[in-house]
Amino acid sequence: MVPRLGQNLKSVADWGCLTMSELDPLEKKVIELIAQKKRIAPESITLDSTFLELGIDSLDGMDLLFNFEESFKLTIPDEMAQQMRSVRQVTETLRTALANKPPAQTN
Amino acid sequence: MRRVVITGLGGVSALGIGVPALWDGLAAGRSGIRRVTICDTSFLHDPIAGEVPAFDPADYLAPDQQLLFDRFAAFAMVAAAEAWAGSGLALSDEERERAGVIIGTGMGGVTRQDEGFRDLYEKKQPRSHPFTIPRIMYNAAASHVSMKYGLGGPTLCLSTACASASHAIGEAAEIIRAGRADIMLTGGSDAPIAPAVVRAWESMRVLAPCGDDPATACRPFSADRQGLVLGEGAGIVVLEEREHAMRRGAIIHAELAGYGATADAGHITAPGVDAPARAIRQALAQAGMTPEQVSYVNAHGTATRLNDSTETTILKRVFGDHARALAVSSTKSMHGHMMGASGAIELLATVMAITRGIVPPTVNYRKPDPDCDLDYVPNQAREMKVDAAISNSFAFGGLNAVLALRRA
Repeated sequence: MVPRLGQNLKSVADWGCLTMSELDPLEKKVIELIAQKKRIAPESITLDSTFLELGIDSLDGMDLLFNFEESFKLTIPDEMAQQMRSVRQVTETLRTALANKPPAQTN
Repeated sequence: MRRVVITGLGGVSALGIGVPALWDGLAAGRSGIRRVTICDTSFLHDPIAGEVPAFDPADYLAPDQQLLFDRFAAFAMVAAAEAWAGSGLALSDEERERAGVIIGTGMGGVTRQDEGFRDLYEKKQPRSHPFTIPRIMYNAAASHVSMKYGLGGPTLCLSTACASASHAIGEAAEIIRAGRADIMLTGGSDAPIAPAVVRAWESMRVLAPCGDDPATACRPFSADRQGLVLGEGAGIVVLEEREHAMRRGAIIHAELAGYGATADAGHITAPGVDAPARAIRQALAQAGMTPEQVSYVNAHGTATRLNDSTETTILKRVFGDHARALAVSSTKSMHGHMMGASGAIELLATVMAITRGIVPPTVNYRKPDPDCDLDYVPNQAREMKVDAAISNSFAFGGLNAVLALRRA
């Protein structure tokens, strides 16, 4: 049983991390998508939050990958997807994928 | 010998959500056939169906669950919840291991499958949603129901086209008789009202044209019958070993006394006579019923030319002179052909005949057909004491299932 998000999870302030306003747009979007998926407040998610802490199981992970791909209009290869176990790993992976993304096709 | 009784009832159909809505509709002889609203009908010739009215999965499923359910699995969950609540069951961990699930379906998550194919082929979307497979798989309904109630006994999905639910219920009863489980949550579910599916049925030239009044399109056994009308929904019953049910003082709706299953081993679509007749005889033999004890037959009654005359021949062959004394009705005239859910909804209709003493009618019966010359309970429900009844399901592919019910 994957632990679900509980009241004991630390908030941004508790972790002493950046607040939402200090995040860049990509980080904000990732946290927003995770918050929507897990139906939790974005403020309760930090860059250091792990999937385990957020109660993201393998099925949630697949749905999130789909949402990241749709939102950022890119494809995350399997080997990169498997390394995503925390919010920071997601944002770093997306940055790499965006940098490698072929230019948009012109029809 | 272990006997099997029905202690919970759940149903979702064109006549409404819940068994009371189903029974009220059947007793009133109300047709639930209407114009299709749930999918794109732009390229359908006859966009009518027995669509479940005002069904919103959000009323029944938690937000994070909705993405995981095709319409067919959502129907099954709603019907299972009604059946489970009505049964009054509260099981220990040990008892849960002796409780299983068999839910039949003809087409599984075909609603989502159809949308997914359109996304890829027509809308050229770059990817499929990752929940597509868990949504469309045929065993999704059985698995979700097993998970919801923590039932760890034998759990299966059975797919035998239009007989799926009757086979599921019959085989579930056999599992209880064999001592492999004490409780089975079983029935069928289907949601075939998707554009490509309806179009494919149209191509077989077995669907009724919609005409001016969809409610009158499905006319089983009537000389002017013009084909079947698709329906959707789910029927689920709780089957329980009789002693188990009696010990806990459960409400027993009826005894599932007999089950027959045969194959025509003949033609992929045309119905046979010998094998369905054998299935009826098997069900009666297991139930220890004579043909003369049966007073009501819930017919397969699809309203195709061939099915209804063939089924009439089958009943005459099994019941002989007594066939004329039978009340025979097709409730498909009201809820449509619900594919893999039909047998379960029709079992609920048969339970109504026994427990309420109301035999549901065959609506839209207008004109006698010399090839269909039995008493089809035309147009109006009939008050009648029914102690023993059978429900027929004869599927494409020549697979036949018959369930025999007795007053508890």
